[in-house]
Amino acid sequence: MEVPDKRLSATTFEELALPLFDQLYNFARWLAQDTAEAEDLVQETYVKALRGFSSFQVGTNFRAWMYRILRNSFLSSRTGLKTTVAFDEEEHEAVTSVESPTPETLLIGQADREMVQQALEELPVYFREILLLCEVEEMSYQEIAETLSIPPGTVMSRLSRARKGLRKVLQEKMRGGQHGV
Amino acid sequence: MACDAWRDKLDAYLDGELAPADARELSVHTRGCAACAADALERVQLKRSVAAAGRRYEPSAQLRASILKSVSAKPEKRMGWRWAIVAVPVLSVVILSALVQSYYGRENVRRQHVYSELADLHVATLASTTPVDVVSTDRHTVKPWFAGKIPFTFNLPELQGTEFTLLGGRVTYLAQTPGAQLIYQVRKHEVSVFIFQDRGEETAALPSGPLKALSFNVENWTQNGLRYFVIGDVGPDDIQSLSKLLRAAG
Repeated sequence: MEVPDKRLSATTFEELALPLFDQLYNFARWLAQDTAEAEDLVQETYVKALRGFSSFQVGTNFRAWMYRILRNSFLSSRTGLKTTVAFDEEEHEAVTSVESPTPETLLIGQADREMVQQALEELPVYFREILLLCEVEEMSYQEIAETLSIPPGTVMSRLSRARKGLRKVLQEKMRGGQHGV
Repeated sequence: MACDAWRDKLDAYLDGELAPADARELSVHTRGCAACAADALERVQLKRSVAAAGRRYEPSAQLRASILKSVSAKPEKRMGWRWAIVAVPVLSVVILSALVQSYYGRENVRRQHVYSELADLHVATLASTTPVDVVSTDRHTVKPWFAGKIPFTFNLPELQGTEFTLLGGRVTYLAQTPGAQLIYQVRKHEVSVFIFQDRGEETAALPSGPLKALSFNVENWTQNGLRYFVIGDVGPDDIQSLSKLLRAAG
């Protein structure tokens, strides 16, 4: 969503920002894990964005800008401060190749919606957020990089680890389910 | 190239981030390699599961109203052309990534299926001698007409001062689910708005947002448990303006 025009008006802001409302709320709710907090976050995001719209860099990605504001608001919120987003990485390490699919990994496709939702909740925020941006928001790697303020090269490796993490949680859940009931 | 090297690229491929030449090669490889094809399938399934599971929370009407209030600007001259400048690059990116992904994505196949069905409904309606069952430009006539005919209710926007005219409505079906179809006119072009309950398997996992399908411009979103589709042969800016009106009313 590039904004090429220099004269950014309040109407432009409205036209650009309102269509993002539902998605922004969904994302906020996933981050905060709480309805009231998610609502505050979305409010704060729109207020900050409207106030800062004149400084919005023309030609950059508007959607990524909005998500970045939302995410930064979350990180400086009470819940956000408690979560660790800075995780010291093996980030620079090359993406290790993924194991071949076993019958177990093939079953993952059959995990039901609720189970996947629980698994996403259990994932650390930095994995959860990148998965949501990629799969739900269908952002490009470039947009994700802008949203999370990380180099584009890091997006791929973090995504790869997030998917591995999700598979692991799902596998544990499915194994637990089999022994359980 | 060995399978391991391909596997490392599978995620980027399925995310639509692989260079076209590599994507073509990879596509050829997966057709001949059962192990890589199975791996790709698992990853597609995981992507789809996360996409469906991730669309989980709906904002309250209260929050929507308060956000609307805090950002709504004074009415200004139409800036449709600006939307075109914004929407054209966005659309071309969407189309490109859709093209790459459609090599391998049952998601896309399903989405295409829904869109082609909607396009069929739209075209068939316009070709019909009685395109609408309730003929009225008055939203206060059209809306109540649907009462008792479909299992939900919806709000329609006031069109005064816009380029759109409401022609009427009819009951329609998508995947055995009843819904409302409204026909709007803008500069001699007809645009269909479809409203369904957002619970059918067919529509539930569809991502929102603008798209070009079968040379029609389409916008879709969910609001208050309803799934809206706006489809027509007009430019994306008109589709967006109408969508915006409907969103504000819904």
